[in-house]
Amino acid sequence: MKAAVIVFPGSNCDRDLADAFERASGRRPAMVWHKETEIPAGTDIVGIPGGFSFGDYLRCGAIAARSPIARAIVDFARRGGMVIGICNGFQVLTETGLLPGALMRNAGLKFICRTEPLIVETTDSPFTRNYARGEEIRIPIAHHDGNYQVSEAELAALRDADRIAFTYAHNPNGSVGSIAGVLSENRRVLGMMPHPERRVDPAQGGTDGLRLFTSIVDALAPA
Amino acid sequence: MKAKVHVMLKKGVLDPQGEAVRHALGALGFSGVEGVRVGKEIELELAESDPARAEEMVREMCEKLLANTVIETYRVEIEP
Amino acid sequence: MQEPKITDEIVAAHGLKPDEYQRILDLLGREPTFTELGIFSAMWNEHCSYKSSKKWLRTLPTEGPQVIQGPGENAGVVDIGDGQAVVFKMESHNHPSYIEPYQGAATGVGGILRDVFTMGARPIAAMDALSFGEPDHPRTPRLVHGVVEGIGGYGNCFGVPNVGGETRFHAAYNGNCLVNAFAAGLADTDKIFYSAASGVGMPVVYLGAKTGRDGVGGATMASAEFDETIEEKRPTVQVGDPFTEKRLLEACLELMETGAVISIQDMGAAGLTCSAVEMGDKGDLGIRLDLDRVPVREEGMTAYEMMLSESQERMLMVLNPEKEDVARQIFEKWDLDFAVVGETIAEDRFLVFHGNELKADLPLKALSGEAPEYDRPWVEPPAPAPLGEVPEVDPVDALRILLGSPNYAWKGWIWEQYDTSVMADTLRGPGLGAGLVRVHGTDKVLAFTADCTPRYVAANPVEGGRQAVAEAFRNLVAAGARPLATTDNLNFGNPEKPEIMGQFVGAIKGIGEACRALDMPIVSGNVSLYNETDGEPILPTPTIGAVGLVAHIDEVIGALPEDGQIALLVGETAGHLGQSALLAEVFNREEGDAPPVDLEAERRNGEFVLENRELVAAATDLSDGGLALAAFEMAEAAGIGVTIDADGSTAFLFGEDQGRYLLAAGFDQAEALMVRAAEAGVPIRAVGRFGGDTVRLGEAEAPLAELSDIYRNTFARLFGDP
Repeated sequence: MKAAVIVFPGSNCDRDLADAFERASGRRPAMVWHKETEIPAGTDIVGIPGGFSFGDYLRCGAIAARSPIARAIVDFARRGGMVIGICNGFQVLTETGLLPGALMRNAGLKFICRTEPLIVETTDSPFTRNYARGEEIRIPIAHHDGNYQVSEAELAALRDADRIAFTYAHNPNGSVGSIAGVLSENRRVLGMMPHPERRVDPAQGGTDGLRLFTSIVDALAPA
Repeated sequence: MKAKVHVMLKKGVLDPQGEAVRHALGALGFSGVEGVRVGKEIELELAESDPARAEEMVREMCEKLLANTVIETYRVEIEP
Repeated sequence: MQEPKITDEIVAAHGLKPDEYQRILDLLGREPTFTELGIFSAMWNEHCSYKSSKKWLRTLPTEGPQVIQGPGENAGVVDIGDGQAVVFKMESHNHPSYIEPYQGAATGVGGILRDVFTMGARPIAAMDALSFGEPDHPRTPRLVHGVVEGIGGYGNCFGVPNVGGETRFHAAYNGNCLVNAFAAGLADTDKIFYSAASGVGMPVVYLGAKTGRDGVGGATMASAEFDETIEEKRPTVQVGDPFTEKRLLEACLELMETGAVISIQDMGAAGLTCSAVEMGDKGDLGIRLDLDRVPVREEGMTAYEMMLSESQERMLMVLNPEKEDVARQIFEKWDLDFAVVGETIAEDRFLVFHGNELKADLPLKALSGEAPEYDRPWVEPPAPAPLGEVPEVDPVDALRILLGSPNYAWKGWIWEQYDTSVMADTLRGPGLGAGLVRVHGTDKVLAFTADCTPRYVAANPVEGGRQAVAEAFRNLVAAGARPLATTDNLNFGNPEKPEIMGQFVGAIKGIGEACRALDMPIVSGNVSLYNETDGEPILPTPTIGAVGLVAHIDEVIGALPEDGQIALLVGETAGHLGQSALLAEVFNREEGDAPPVDLEAERRNGEFVLENRELVAAATDLSDGGLALAAFEMAEAAGIGVTIDADGSTAFLFGEDQGRYLLAAGFDQAEALMVRAAEAGVPIRAVGRFGGDTVRLGEAEAPLAELSDIYRNTFARLFGDP
């Protein structure tokens, strides 16, 4: 599996995400600077890490979504490439339009960092195939703007198409339908607020996040 | 009556948000943007019908809550 | 532009005493220019010169085989083996946080992070020690919200995990809150960067954000009557930009890899002045600055304003001239300012040019070397009121009161607003004693703690100083870490008052003794004096930040007991209730002496825990609140009950004797621990067991759920939902 991790000047989970990919696949991802205009040839999956890409002052992810690399990510995804955006990466994906909806300020208006129980809503995706449907997993969240909002019609469409990947067991941020992660229509783009890359080693307090990365490896393995 | 409050950082106070937006505009090809300052606009729906009294009240709200007068200035607009 | 003439008022507005000004006149043999006066005031103020504290700071132990760099640089450097070092410091940002809590706290975090990465270290952990006034004081809620959001806003964006700290509330802080920020970073021992310039004719480079009028002192205001543009010149609060700081970190670390950096210094208070003088002074060189080349973000800035500006996210560097192009490219990549603003010179001068005019021409070494130093008179502070009789209490009722006080309640309201797990190496975040962070890519673990009990220091500065170090030692030991070294953040009132100076002198004495006895030398620190409002000083608050090392991750001692485990109390319990949490919170009395610290017993008991860690399932240190609070906190964190039935007396359950730990161990392990303790001459006693869903203290009991509810909701009750 060949992964590429995007690095914006304010990314701060890029190393963690690269470590998680490497732990699952045995291969160090390419680190791709935001001023690049192309995804490296042969890339199987692009990871957009957490952080504060450009300070996130205007709207989270807004400036990153208009960077040169963002155009390349959109092209890559439209050609059927796999993309995962975590936390700030999810915000970037909604700002590029690759995923529906928007992430607003948390309902409580404060940054929240704690480990939350999540429900795996679908295993029908290359990101979640190694989980069980309805399984509860524990993954940290760390965000100020994780309150996912879509229109009622879009929410119904997401549900009908089984595109909700994860929900929160106890909604921490006001997200509609307690949504923690959503899939694109072709199921090959995932955006999620929680940080699976912070739960890949027992020393971190659990390995519930590792299966997301092994799912990706398995999905990409030659049949 | 309606009131609008515009809150801006004081002149001279660093505006990291404005700087980030200015940079991004440059990167998107909008040249010649020499400065960007980002503020807030707050709309208030007031029961008060006297414009002078309304303005006085809103100013007090600004001093006490809406603006951080250590670093921000504000401007009040009363709409009939 | 014409600079104002120097008058007595202007001298006074710069915080310079008449005799200090006379010293300047004698040194120069002429009257200083306005810019020069500003430079002197910056270099000779308490913050920069340590003029009241230097004499006493020299008495602290600062050396040891583990110490690579002690105090005097941007941060201390301590060896952790395998060619790696931990770089750390703690610093206060008290006054700015009281004026503008969000930005004050945020820039405090920014400043301490910069201190660490200036040395070549990537920050890996942060902590914050906060002191606020009474919860119902009108100013307190705004300060609590603002400070916590500011710390989070900066640290979360920068991307460093917050792993601990402490928070207290006391009327003595009503007019002066304390924000003490700690940061630690990781570096290779052969890639540490220092501030001493070397080589004549080397370019002096300005890095980072542009210079504005941020924080240019009130002195400008006093002198602004000479100028009609007073509104424009009003000093402004420094605003932090963590996004710029993050880029500055990455750019600096990248630059350091290239060999371009000869020396580097972060710009903190009076940034350009202090950093340039520091680099020249340490390198025995002069510095020439050309202010026309300094990147500015406001028009019409004077030399005076530029030299005193406290704009954030800036660095000054002496550059290897052969690498200028490489260096410039790195800073352009990160969209940061890079400008050659001067050079090193052989003569001992500090020359500042602006608009082709020489604005300052000063002897550089004298700026720091000739700074005044005071041996301020001091007296033993008055003894505290003697401890009156303390009635026996229902221990569970007393515990309820402690849990309902923000001093002893669960602090998740605060630390859930901080990113505690970014960098994916946090093994233990805030709330469970020392914070634990794995050294990335290794099996080593660093432990961090920040401690002080100001009530003790006020009652007995020497014991209080000892106790702060001893508590830090115990917190590290309880996590299985061997204590390495210490940073001290000394917050006191007005040193010109002999009784305040007496607190300072006593606390330093106690800290020094404890650091020597426990082998935890001081490697960095900061002094914050004049924390007084209307003559009311804060409680003396010498915050001790300490770092320890666990050689292998398997040697970490757990924090969470399991159902059925025995509760073992290590250390002697005499039942000391003077200055205790029980007395303060339940009876509203601050009486008696601070608990005595037996440093030999501290060391022995700590060694016992470390040597027998394989028998210990979970451990915590005992501090204020005594056995009852420690047992509750430990059990509650694990979601189980606890029974302490060895002794139901108030003194036993709430006494604050030092040198104690509470351990959880299985039955066989507990037996083995008791045997080994007897052999080692360490007092140990089985005091109860963990488990069930009830908290029982002596004869009294309550459901865990009820107490937990009080404990976890106190902050929300006082300060609103987070």
